[in-house]
Amino acid sequence: MADPIIISASPHVHSARTSKKVMYDVLYALIPAFLVSIYVFGISALILTSVAIISCIVFEYLIQKYLLKTEITITDGSALITGILLAFNLPTNLPIYMIIVGSLIAIGVAKLSFGGLGYNIFNPALVGRVFLLVCFPVQMTSWPTAIENNLSIDAITGETTLGIIKEGLMYGETMTTISERIPSSMELLLGLTSGSAGEMSALALLLGGIFLIVRKVITWHIPVTIIVTMAIMTGIFWLVNPELYASPIIHILSGGAILGAFYMATDLVTSPMTKKGMVIFAVGIAIITVVIRLFGAYPEGISFAILIMNAFVPLIDKYFKPRRFGNKIKSKII
Amino acid sequence: MSDSVLNSVFLLVSLGVIAAIILYVVSKKFYVYENPLIGDVNDILPAANCGGCGSPGCKAFAEKLVDTDDISELFCPVGGNDVMKQVSEILGKEVAEKDPTVAVVLCQGGCDVRPKTTIYQGPRTCAISAMVYGGETDCQYGCLGDGDCVAVCDFGAMHMDENTGLPVIDTDKCTSCEACVKACPRDIIEMRPRNKRDLKIFVGCLNEDKAGIAKKACDVACIGCSKCEDICPKDAVIMTDTLAYIDPVACTLCRKCVEVCPTHSIIETNFPPKKVKKPKDVKTKAKKDKAEKVTADTAQVKSEKTQANA
Amino acid sequence: MLKTFPKGGIHPEENKITSSKAIKRIPVPKIVYVPIAQHIGIPSEIIVEKKDKVEIGQVIAKSGGFVSSNIHTPVAGTVTKLDMIVDSSGYKKQCIVIRTDQKNESNFEVPDFPLKKEITMDQKDILQHITDSGIVGLGGATFPSHVKLDLKNDNKVDCLIINGVECEPYLTADHRLMLEKAEEIIVGIQILMHALHINKAVIGIENNKKDAIAVLKEATRDDKRIKVAALKVKYPQGSEKQLIKAILKREVPKGGLPMDVGVIVHNVGTIYAIYQAVQYDQPLIERVVTVTGKNLENASNFWVKIGTPIKDLVAEVGGLPEGTRKIVNGGPMMGKAIKNTDVPVTKGTSGILVISEEEASRQESKNCIRCGQCVFVCPMGLEPHLLMNLSEKGLYERLSDEDVMTCIECGSCSYVCPSHRPLLDYIRFGKSIVKKLNTAKN
Repeated sequence: MADPIIISASPHVHSARTSKKVMYDVLYALIPAFLVSIYVFGISALILTSVAIISCIVFEYLIQKYLLKTEITITDGSALITGILLAFNLPTNLPIYMIIVGSLIAIGVAKLSFGGLGYNIFNPALVGRVFLLVCFPVQMTSWPTAIENNLSIDAITGETTLGIIKEGLMYGETMTTISERIPSSMELLLGLTSGSAGEMSALALLLGGIFLIVRKVITWHIPVTIIVTMAIMTGIFWLVNPELYASPIIHILSGGAILGAFYMATDLVTSPMTKKGMVIFAVGIAIITVVIRLFGAYPEGISFAILIMNAFVPLIDKYFKPRRFGNKIKSKII
Repeated sequence: MSDSVLNSVFLLVSLGVIAAIILYVVSKKFYVYENPLIGDVNDILPAANCGGCGSPGCKAFAEKLVDTDDISELFCPVGGNDVMKQVSEILGKEVAEKDPTVAVVLCQGGCDVRPKTTIYQGPRTCAISAMVYGGETDCQYGCLGDGDCVAVCDFGAMHMDENTGLPVIDTDKCTSCEACVKACPRDIIEMRPRNKRDLKIFVGCLNEDKAGIAKKACDVACIGCSKCEDICPKDAVIMTDTLAYIDPVACTLCRKCVEVCPTHSIIETNFPPKKVKKPKDVKTKAKKDKAEKVTADTAQVKSEKTQANA
Repeated sequence: MLKTFPKGGIHPEENKITSSKAIKRIPVPKIVYVPIAQHIGIPSEIIVEKKDKVEIGQVIAKSGGFVSSNIHTPVAGTVTKLDMIVDSSGYKKQCIVIRTDQKNESNFEVPDFPLKKEITMDQKDILQHITDSGIVGLGGATFPSHVKLDLKNDNKVDCLIINGVECEPYLTADHRLMLEKAEEIIVGIQILMHALHINKAVIGIENNKKDAIAVLKEATRDDKRIKVAALKVKYPQGSEKQLIKAILKREVPKGGLPMDVGVIVHNVGTIYAIYQAVQYDQPLIERVVTVTGKNLENASNFWVKIGTPIKDLVAEVGGLPEGTRKIVNGGPMMGKAIKNTDVPVTKGTSGILVISEEEASRQESKNCIRCGQCVFVCPMGLEPHLLMNLSEKGLYERLSDEDVMTCIECGSCSYVCPSHRPLLDYIRFGKSIVKKLNTAKN
């Protein structure tokens, strides 16, 4: 007898899905947006992304090997995704040392200090981004302007669509005059505008998002709820006074709303596990985002909104449980 | 200038006074009376919070001791008779005296003598693998080797032997809290009386299978031959159909049974090596190994003891 | 739109390789090992002794209580010993070992029972026959059938559901039985409807067995009370509660029985056994077993005597293929891995699955990535990830509050977990502790 028989408890078969495959699906979904980013920003997008990826993986390796002395998990793909998502949330002309600092915060503080993959409360890439935004506000808000086939790194710096609107409104302009300076909806959809590396083309991001839903990596609940709620909220303001508030289309297509809704908010680890909970979570994100965008100091708020709602996930998971089979009486809490 | 100084002084003082009044009123109003004896008893208890007494912790045990009228049933295994005597003095209640005990592992089926016939995959805890089946070997009575007992030991008195895959009890550290006894799904760990030099003789096997099956599954299984029962001068060996058990109270540690056991399933611990001539040709390899191990163990324990004394 | 249960469920690879293989008979085994604990409930009491001569179908172990069942000898022969044999639970259990009498012709007759449609017995006799024949749920749960049929007077049972779902991958025993014994099964259903005074019966079959659906529809043409429901292919539809929900949209309350919503569920195999018991007074001594596996040469379905060692079955399909690493008694989702092929077939053995190296090994468990897949697929609306954590940490009170006891152990959560976490292992363990605590409380 060569090898002894294996005994284990049922089930004896397993689906072909593994954590690694899930991670790689996310990776594939990000390819279209990445290609658009390279097309728009040229080599600088490539540099930004590779620096972020490499530093995330290296930090994870170093911290796990020398600081925590635990098993090294760089091959599971999660550090890779954190790196890409972080890069997608940064302007392409950011100094390289800042990218590395952001990666350190994302991996070291937001992920590993909470116990590694699966234990982090906050989305690591967003923590890195927000840290950089708070520490280096100037560099983080001077975006390279999109020039077709621009291959030089020293692009002209400009402002994001939402930034222009915010500033314009502050100086008492109306939407009619501002709208001449901002890109058209079509340009926003295709990504010919300025902004972070990955938030360029809403179309490319949507493509990837639909791929994720088809592959069942994420469900439609979070992205659709965020977009619908944002559309409703901004729509109401826009209908009340179209001169003071931008239209829902501009809000949804610009400022990383799609990136946030499909990739950042749906991060498996930091989002609720029940469908009911996901809807609540998404509504919360949308409301906070709109409030920050319309009334806050920052032109863009989805990263803050996601981080704030991340903190509520354990609570949401506790109170929005799936309906138990055979339990006719509704839960007392809701 | 002086106004602002006076104002702040006045403000702080009045804040302090108000806080003091609130604290006073609250502490009076919500005062919970606690029998001072509980504190006294709690101070004596070993504060190990092991749960060996049956209460969730030392404080709870102290409350139980104070509240119960007849405490002869209650015993702190970690503190032993000394602690219980002190408790008795404080409370003025009778306490039972118990002989000190120590945990022993009633299985010596290590990897070398008890071959693995299957591989278990799943969570490596005895409790779960015991639910799945009878274990990786053909003996369904012996140690599963996943170390639930080691995990529950609060006193670091247990570890898994890397070579045999069996738990080893450090008798010096064992406080006889019985946590391991409760954790073992196979009931392999037994509490046996502890004497001064920690001499013990016991049957290291619980296999209830018939002789042939038991022997096939494990080289050192008790096969129920009753040779030990026949030779025992004190009738300390209790035989069931297939298994021997040595009654620790009746046993006088004469070691006669150890010699006659054909499968070497009777274990002796901490005895000095015998000076009597040994007919070497009869001994099997397993016996020799075991003898060496026992001496090694004895030597180790001794050296530890000397270290501790020094 | 095909009917199915609304919440959760998975669709593993079906692998029903043996669905076109007719049920064959295997040679009568030389020695049979009949365990006395073949059903849920109290083990039966042995009423034979060593060296006793027994005739085929004779009772050798009597029901040990209400929730228990008679056990009959599957062969004529001599009781050689009463021994402890490892059964599919992985532990040694009491067994009656019988050597087949090679000269006794009754052992080798191929049973031939023509279809008998007339139901002549009254209600009491029918139930008595079912009780005496040692019939238990043959779907795998092995719950004594007479207990299910013992209705209190105030019951409101109005529907009988016949479980022909066979949602487990690989297994085809029920499928073949429905194809080959359709008429008998219909008579069996009529017997039960007669005995229980029910006027409605539904046979639930998953849509991957279109031929069985067609055959049974044909067979039920004359009896308008019996309907055949085609169901969407989804595991675990064969679970009683999910099946009732799928067919009747009724939900069995927490901790309740199908009877509480006016339903009784029986497996097709059980129905056939009832037919045999009532019409021909045949005790339950054989059943259909699917012997299957991707690397087996002649995987097929067999009529097997209870107590046949699995090695006889394996020999019949060409022996264990090279590189076999796991043998499962039952289907891949809920079956039990067995230690060796000496384990006997029992009343609950619906299949023997031989798994090779690459499929047999479990992968290493990794951190939970909180993907929520286990929550989505749980047909009972539980949160397996949470239950596993609570069980691992020993928080049994909370485990009980989170309805761990309603878990049907279908294994969907462990199946989908991308981190290969042993969710069901821990939940099962937690359940056993909670059960113990609950009994201690009462």
